[in-house]
Amino acid sequence: MIEIDGATKIFGDGADAFTALKDVSVTIDSNEFFTLLGPSGCGKTTLLRVIAGFIDPTHGTVQLDGENLLDLPPFKRPVNTVFQSYALFPHLTVAQNIAFGLEMLGKPKAEIKSTVEEMLELVKMAPLADRKTSEISGGQQQRVALARALAPRPKVLLLDEPLSALDFKLRKEMQLELKRLQHETGITFIFVTHDQEEALTMSDRIAVMNAGTIRQIGGPRDIYDHPAERFVADFIGDTNFLEAELISASGDTAQIKLSSGKEVQARANPDGANAPGTVTLAIRPEHATLGPAESGLLSGTLSDVVYFGTDTHYHVDVDEGGKFVVRRQNQPEQTQSHAAGDRVGLRFPGGVSQVLRD
Amino acid sequence: MTDASTLRARGERRTRILLLTPAMLLLLLAASGPLLIVLVYSFLTPGAYGGVEWIFSPKAWFNVVAEVDFFTDELVFADAHLTVFWRSIKLSLITMLSCLIVGFPTAYFIATRPAGSRDMWMLLIMIPFWTNLLIRTFAIMELIRNQGTVNTILMAAGIIDEPIQMLFTEFAILIGMTYVYLPLMILPIYASMERLDFNLVEAGYDLYATRWKVLRKVIFPLVKPGVVAGSILVFVPCLGAYVTPRVLGGGKQLMLGNLIELQFGQLRNWPLGAALSLTLLAIVMIALVFYVRAVGKEDAGHGH
Repeated sequence: MIEIDGATKIFGDGADAFTALKDVSVTIDSNEFFTLLGPSGCGKTTLLRVIAGFIDPTHGTVQLDGENLLDLPPFKRPVNTVFQSYALFPHLTVAQNIAFGLEMLGKPKAEIKSTVEEMLELVKMAPLADRKTSEISGGQQQRVALARALAPRPKVLLLDEPLSALDFKLRKEMQLELKRLQHETGITFIFVTHDQEEALTMSDRIAVMNAGTIRQIGGPRDIYDHPAERFVADFIGDTNFLEAELISASGDTAQIKLSSGKEVQARANPDGANAPGTVTLAIRPEHATLGPAESGLLSGTLSDVVYFGTDTHYHVDVDEGGKFVVRRQNQPEQTQSHAAGDRVGLRFPGGVSQVLRD
Repeated sequence: MTDASTLRARGERRTRILLLTPAMLLLLLAASGPLLIVLVYSFLTPGAYGGVEWIFSPKAWFNVVAEVDFFTDELVFADAHLTVFWRSIKLSLITMLSCLIVGFPTAYFIATRPAGSRDMWMLLIMIPFWTNLLIRTFAIMELIRNQGTVNTILMAAGIIDEPIQMLFTEFAILIGMTYVYLPLMILPIYASMERLDFNLVEAGYDLYATRWKVLRKVIFPLVKPGVVAGSILVFVPCLGAYVTPRVLGGGKQLMLGNLIELQFGQLRNWPLGAALSLTLLAIVMIALVFYVRAVGKEDAGHGH
């Protein structure tokens, strides 16, 4: 279990000072696939490097299973990193790269040999064991980097955007592969990415970061369906934002009055004060449906119908102002029921809309 | 069509030969020519007032390693020459090592500075290199002579009672040559160090390598080409060094360069000078072959 408490990192000083991490606290369980998700410059890599030991935080503590990690230099931490650039040693072969950590730990020769073979099998690189790292492809280098970091059996594996250099198809493959490896080895993975899809498909939990702070922590479904604030809702997936009025809230439901005057139930903000007043609602495009104008919660005019293959996006100009997008999955032999210019009504079931924190 | 392409290939080859001609001519005249003259001279008889007489004699080559005793006419080893050979090789090796010991950390230091200030550091290394060799040598002399800076300070501080004799010793030559040839070590090491991906250093730390292990197992193997080049660049001119041993060794601690100069100058034995020059060349070549082979073997040893 990793416990990070109040981690703050300030680079430089005086007028040039830049706060890369602002009072970050998070607890990551053993054997968890934990993802740090955020745009570039949000501090996710800095946090990773603090755990690895390449950066000392200005304030705060980092503990691994109750042991203070900050007292240990990087080479004494039971933590290994898969670098974004892989950082494979070009003067060593694939097998020697994987053996490096074990040799540095002074493991017996026989154990090193068997572990290296096991790792080569695990990442399916056994036939290329004696190649130089410059003689294998990007995807293969990725696997070697993974095997090298896993070989010493660290308690925690840090992965710094390891898939960003791979092409689309290979990335898909490696996503599943990583999940499999995490499952098989039982090692805690801390994965850094700016790719929301990667985060959603692989993680047990995601921490969405922005400007050096963690904005929300939760499971992929939680984060996607119930974003706590506008940044999270906007960063992950597409979202419709509606200005509305909160009438009352109890527990995790809130009674909302829309700009059309109609009322609907929404999810109350998980960690905000749900005081009556003006709030922002977030609704995912696929959670809303189109119907006759008079029966909708909101009514408007269809301005665009965009066909995407798997689904179709309907762009609606809402009568009370603002735009709304509805996404419907395309079915075979479905006839186009709406066309640009039609009057339509927007419907969404109670509880799918989410009240955002201001 | 085949005809056309053969014709074109032939034309291209002619152009290539034409383009190579100036360089080949220059090499022939400026490198092989003088060497050939030296080789021919080494098999001639010394002239009474310098120069050579055109009479074939292998005596000069003979004299490189042996001499006829002046009193007994017995054949003995030219141990004076051998002493000089040995001193040259020994001092060159030690200079190479001390340049490496000082130059490697320096190159590392410069390569790890922010990109903007690296040029400034390199300039500081290069400025002495652009200064006249004689002036630099005399500057070292000023530092280490008996009434020089070092002795004066040590005596004023009460650490020593009388000056330490540093000038005109092998130590003085060593200091001088290390100082003079240091940039030749730093430059190639810095060049390979600058290309080093410092992510690899982090990867080393991450994989449980201590600082020393990272240096030995990651940094050193990757900058080895620079170390090899630097060592050769220092060792070769050291072997033939003339000015530094002359000024700082005071004519007592001869090195090969001085011995050769002596033959062409005061001793008026041009054939022996020529033979000694070629011996020097041979030592350099043999040393290089050994060095490169040793380094190459270590490389191969990295495999399974």
